[in-house]
Amino acid sequence: MNVLAVDDSRTIRNMVTLALTQAGITSQVAEDGVHGLEVLSQMAPDAIITDINMPRMDGFEFIQEVRKQDAYQGIPILVLTTESAQDMKLRARQAGATGWIVKPFDPAKLVGALRMVTGG
Amino acid sequence: MTHDPTDASNSDLELLAFRVGEQEYSVDIMKVREIRGWSPATSLPHAPDYVRGVINLRGAVLPIVDLSARLGMDPIEATSRNVIIVMQLETQTLGVLVDAVSDILTLQKSDIQPPPELANGKASSFISGLTIVEDRMIRVIDLAGVLPETGQAAA
Amino acid sequence: MDPMAEIKASFFVECSELLESLEEGLLQVQGGDTDPETVNAVFRAVHSIKGGAGAFGLDDLVHFAHRFETVLDEVRSDRLAIDADAVLLFLKSADSLSDLVAAARDETPVDEAKNTVVIAELETLMPGGGDTNETSNDADQELNFAPMTLSLDLPAIGSQVDADIGEVTDEAAATTPVWTIRFTTEKGLNQSGNEPLFLMRALAELGPVTAICDTADLPSLKVLDPSQTNLHWDLTLSADTSQTDIEEVFEFAQGLCTLAITKNTSDQSTPDTADIEALPDLPDLPALPDLPAPSVDDQAPAQPATENTPHEAPKPPAPTPTKAAPVAATVRVDLERIDRLVNLVGELVINQAMLSQSLSAQNLTSNTTISTGLDEFQQLTRDIQDSVMAIRAQPVKPLFQRMSRIVREAAHDTHKKVRLVLEGEATEIDKTVIERLADPLTHMIRNAVDHGLETPEKREQSDKDPEGTIHLRATHRSGRVVIEIQDNGAGINRERVLSIAQSKGLVPTDAVLSDAEIDNLLFMPGFSTATEISNLSGRGVGMDVVKRAIQSLGGRISIQSTPGHGSTFSISLPLTLAVLDGMVIEVSEQTMVVPLSSIVETLTLADAEIQTLDQGTQVVHIRGKFVPLLDLAVEFGYRAPNVIPEDAVVLFISAEDGEPYALVVDTIHEQRQVVIKGLADSYGYVPGVAAATILGDGKIALILDPVDLIARAGSPDTPTALSMAG
Repeated sequence: MNVLAVDDSRTIRNMVTLALTQAGITSQVAEDGVHGLEVLSQMAPDAIITDINMPRMDGFEFIQEVRKQDAYQGIPILVLTTESAQDMKLRARQAGATGWIVKPFDPAKLVGALRMVTGG
Repeated sequence: MTHDPTDASNSDLELLAFRVGEQEYSVDIMKVREIRGWSPATSLPHAPDYVRGVINLRGAVLPIVDLSARLGMDPIEATSRNVIIVMQLETQTLGVLVDAVSDILTLQKSDIQPPPELANGKASSFISGLTIVEDRMIRVIDLAGVLPETGQAAA
Repeated sequence: MDPMAEIKASFFVECSELLESLEEGLLQVQGGDTDPETVNAVFRAVHSIKGGAGAFGLDDLVHFAHRFETVLDEVRSDRLAIDADAVLLFLKSADSLSDLVAAARDETPVDEAKNTVVIAELETLMPGGGDTNETSNDADQELNFAPMTLSLDLPAIGSQVDADIGEVTDEAAATTPVWTIRFTTEKGLNQSGNEPLFLMRALAELGPVTAICDTADLPSLKVLDPSQTNLHWDLTLSADTSQTDIEEVFEFAQGLCTLAITKNTSDQSTPDTADIEALPDLPDLPALPDLPAPSVDDQAPAQPATENTPHEAPKPPAPTPTKAAPVAATVRVDLERIDRLVNLVGELVINQAMLSQSLSAQNLTSNTTISTGLDEFQQLTRDIQDSVMAIRAQPVKPLFQRMSRIVREAAHDTHKKVRLVLEGEATEIDKTVIERLADPLTHMIRNAVDHGLETPEKREQSDKDPEGTIHLRATHRSGRVVIEIQDNGAGINRERVLSIAQSKGLVPTDAVLSDAEIDNLLFMPGFSTATEISNLSGRGVGMDVVKRAIQSLGGRISIQSTPGHGSTFSISLPLTLAVLDGMVIEVSEQTMVVPLSSIVETLTLADAEIQTLDQGTQVVHIRGKFVPLLDLAVEFGYRAPNVIPEDAVVLFISAEDGEPYALVVDTIHEQRQVVIKGLADSYGYVPGVAAATILGDGKIALILDPVDLIARAGSPDTPTALSMAG
């Protein structure tokens, strides 16, 4: 499995990468939505993990942009967020998110959720 | 920690022998990094008389000790025939000015005797052992004793 | 280091960056910036700190960041308007957050009382503020949102939920419970990237599952739009599990499906179970490739609108939006490696100089090919040197930003109103210089607030804005960086400075000093103008220490002050510590280098008037002033005293106390940059010598330490130095 992880926090990027690497999942990272789209144009991930609060382009807009692309209409996108509030989930859902994971995250749960949404 | 040549074990020991005045000295060859001809040193103000100064060793600053002066004898009148033995002591590198390199000796450690206790001359504190090779008495130098005393370390 | 420890270390590095941007953003807001993105960036900084801190269980930090973030969230959502006081509170909160980060990093205790006060102040900003009980409960709940687990706090969706969890224990001993789940997909499920088959597979991990697709409601195939169609699935699960666990499986599909979960009575026999892989049975539809229903043979389920499955081979996506800008790539490198490179480049510079020198000594430079090649080599070497130095260079911005906190705290302590204006923050300077500049700069900024600026009342009396201003600016000036601390306060009270210096015996009571000389008294050891010990002074640090610190960086410091209008302290610094601007001199056939930064003026001795005082002390009479004379050759023991050569040169050196000394040398050769080679490591401390360098001829030249030299030459505060002739 190959995953694109988008988060403006270097710490979270590192932790996601570590969790995925330990589960044998390859990943690439991006620092915000704009960067995420850029990286996406050069890779073909099986799933995307994204933060919401990011400079330049936030997670909602990023998901919408991804969903606009034919190749990624059905790609699983997990939102990684510290906000467990209902309206955040609704907004993420409206933007096209597949699911969400609340930070701080348990690496096993992250990987489990990834495997679930990718059927892998 | 300096190497103790009086160690009872009988392993081989290679020594670089050199002349200072009329006397012959030696040092563990493992401590020798290179031997180079004399080139004038930049003198250091307020340094002890046996410190000849510093030279440029491929971009590094190398302090030079005149071994003759260090042993309490007359300073060496350095010419291009004199040599500098570049030695490594743990982290420190030191150039030792001697008259000439004389020999490379392979000995057993048991061939080296400790210096006699009665010697109270200045030289004794720099000598860690003695050996006789072909009727020549060769002193083994204790490098740590040769290091210049600079009072304060870094300013 | 284990990976988590490494990530934790990098978290703290990231924190300091985030704290910088937090403060920067707040200062912009304070300065009237109303761009919503600025507030967003402020929010994000706190948010990111909280996110990372949570991952490492740094509860104090999470707790505070959460409260701070909550208020900022109100601001960025336009639910809370802020005034200048609120911004000040935010800055204070940022300081507390910074302390908490430091405490977490260094594993030191935190000042809980102080943070509690700040939190309480933050709470008052919140709508319905003051009701701390409720807010704190909320917050605690938020904090206890079962860290390290998936969020499960969505309400159960589905109308036929029959919560019957209580019976699980009773039945556990008997037979495996059987659950019936009516799962109806709704439009949007596919668009969300959720796949019914995967959900069922996940369900099958709880226990054996049978799945039957109810096709009764399906429209005719002609109008079937997979993404719009509701499919009914009747799932049977045999598992000793809870309704919550089942709901958890469908968590991501919530809102996009209806779920009806029923726990069957225990005596009901377990239906024929089959692994989900063996089902479902879709008698009428298996031949249709586009059907959204899961089909067992297809490893990859069909997706609407594309034949490619997303997790196997997506088509290259459409071009990215035009606003995508390239992100600068960065590499993190050990400082040690850079220093090694800096050293090697230093060698290259010396080598190039040696080559040029020997070629010109043999008159080979008249050959145009050689001289052109040499010029290019020289240019290239310079370029490499500049580029390498640039790696070590960093903008002064983080350092400057730290000063705004110093100003805030100092202003608070002295009850003054102060505005700090930063200029030229992008100016770059060597990393080590920046690090070693922090303490002196902090001290000078404190001084500017404490001693430089007046109280608001006094300022008003003088028709000045009650709010004082301190400008902190950095500029590049002829190969050096100049940092200025300028206040618009009362200026140096020279009368008072002089009388203090006299009362402390630093200058003779009858001495008549110029304004500049009086100003320089501030740098004398033991001088302090504070009549009463305030919070800020009394730390045992004077301007003399500041001056020494600056000089140890190869820098110079000077003062300009106008009564009633304020003072400016200027620090001039070299761009790097590895290279020094020096004056190559000769004394008793020894070539040496004097740091240019310490030379005030040079004169040939013929122009200067030497007079011998008692005890053989010699002074130079210059412009009506007697300056003590120091013969370098004598100081270094190369020559007997009082035999100064006819054509000797005098370098006027500024001593530690700001007093000039005249250093006699034989000849001045040239002014050039030299690469600094430490002597301390290879040899040890040499009095009056700072370091060594290698000159173009390959020989080592010593670099003088004039301050040390003068300090060793005898008591520096001889009254002679200050006696005036008129």
